[in-house]
Amino acid sequence: MRHVYIIGTGATAVGEHWDRSAESLAIEALNSALGTIPVSRLGALYVASALSGTLHAQSQIGALIATAAGIPGVEAVTIEAGGASGGVALRQACMAVASGAVDLAAVVGVEKVTDVLDARREAALALATDADWEAIHGVTLTALWALLMRRYMHEYGYTADDFAPFPINAHANAVANPRAMYRFAITADKVRSAPMVSEPLGLLDCSTAADGAAAVIIASEGLARELCANPVRIAGSAVATDTLALHSRSNPLWLTAAAQTTAAALRSAHLTHSDVQVFDVTDPHGIAAALALESSGFAERGTAVALAREGAITPKGRLPLATGGGCKARGDTVGANGVYQIVELVAQLRGQAGAAQVEGARVALAQCMGGIGATVATHILTLD
Amino acid sequence: MDLAKHWRLRHARYRLEGQRNRLTGEVRFPPAPPRPGEAEDVWEPYVLSGRGRVYSFSVVRQPPEGFEDQPPYLVALVRLDEGPMVTAQLTDCDLEQAAIDMPVEMVTRRLRDLGPTGLIVYGYKFRPIVQSGNH
Repeated sequence: MRHVYIIGTGATAVGEHWDRSAESLAIEALNSALGTIPVSRLGALYVASALSGTLHAQSQIGALIATAAGIPGVEAVTIEAGGASGGVALRQACMAVASGAVDLAAVVGVEKVTDVLDARREAALALATDADWEAIHGVTLTALWALLMRRYMHEYGYTADDFAPFPINAHANAVANPRAMYRFAITADKVRSAPMVSEPLGLLDCSTAADGAAAVIIASEGLARELCANPVRIAGSAVATDTLALHSRSNPLWLTAAAQTTAAALRSAHLTHSDVQVFDVTDPHGIAAALALESSGFAERGTAVALAREGAITPKGRLPLATGGGCKARGDTVGANGVYQIVELVAQLRGQAGAAQVEGARVALAQCMGGIGATVATHILTLD
Repeated sequence: MDLAKHWRLRHARYRLEGQRNRLTGEVRFPPAPPRPGEAEDVWEPYVLSGRGRVYSFSVVRQPPEGFEDQPPYLVALVRLDEGPMVTAQLTDCDLEQAAIDMPVEMVTRRLRDLGPTGLIVYGYKFRPIVQSGNH
């Protein structure tokens, strides 16, 4: 298998783009990622979108974006794996380039969620749960995370307030990200006094679904050297699945697919847990980040919240998280999140992350989840 | 409309009919097709008792489409006495009353109304078990 490199990244601002279509957002991100590379050199296009089929009644977004990019003949496909769509699309590009079938590929994550009212969007997001055995009961993804948070509090003796460091860190970091949706700091008092969305989850521990597109250009080693001065290697890549329904798992507080993919990605990168210096995980709520860190082996069970309270997740800590604002403050672009993660972590490895820069970062881990970890994609990025 | 889909699931939805493995005695819910390599008839229908305890619970205040008339409503993971866990709403239960480990029992209720041209979907919810003598 050949080595695989990221040679370009781009993304739109995350927010409410009432005046923009999904195509227009995707093309802006793609153009920005390509820079001076001619679009005609792309051998394949992998488009990640979780909700386009449901919310826009449009399938084949791959062909749609290829046409909008002016390369309608190119091999293009849409990847849907809920919130893991972006990472799964990246995995497809990695395999295509590593195998030698493709030399240059683009991964575009795009989500356009503000064209519909809240209840319709909640229903679309809830499709990432089990439709017959979870969603039919009116359960939302947020409610499922809330169930896990309450159980976690019960088992390990935490209060809801203990989770506040996650959104506080996300907001603090987003200030430095010009593309983030919420570029302002929040305090523990504000988190505590926010109205409830799904007890014990309050409004300021819940991400906001928003519009956005992000793109990365994936190249073989030869092309990477030719086209890019500072390529970033994708040293590990893995995707795994778990039961679609949370209730089918023997321990709901353990995200098996996060554990599997982290181990597999680190193994293929010939690295260990202690080598990873900066992280981005699916973190719509503090509990999601906590369970991702624990299941992935970066914190003992029941300790991630205590570590966050001690400052470990800030850019100066041992486990820096959400340096671009995460789902909470960057804005939750669902199927595009996995591509935004890569854009932000590449900036970290290139030392371009501004105030949220993790000093000397050379190894990064990106992990995105569909539903409650029913699909998980984990990638390890390194500087050569 | 999904008429066939809801009809197909009626035994599980209306009376919590799961499956029991004829060889191992394992009980599972919801019912599922035999896995590759399993005998066609190894899983037999098995009606669960409907009794269990709350593993965790929450309140939905921002509902999905189709549930706009219900909030705030309690949802829970319920560990059934036979072992399987199910996701369902808690009913006949005050928001303040819900608690982890609370004993509950299954009742059949309206889950959602699919509109003037659709079905009214019924299925299981769970309510606190009232101590005998309090009726």
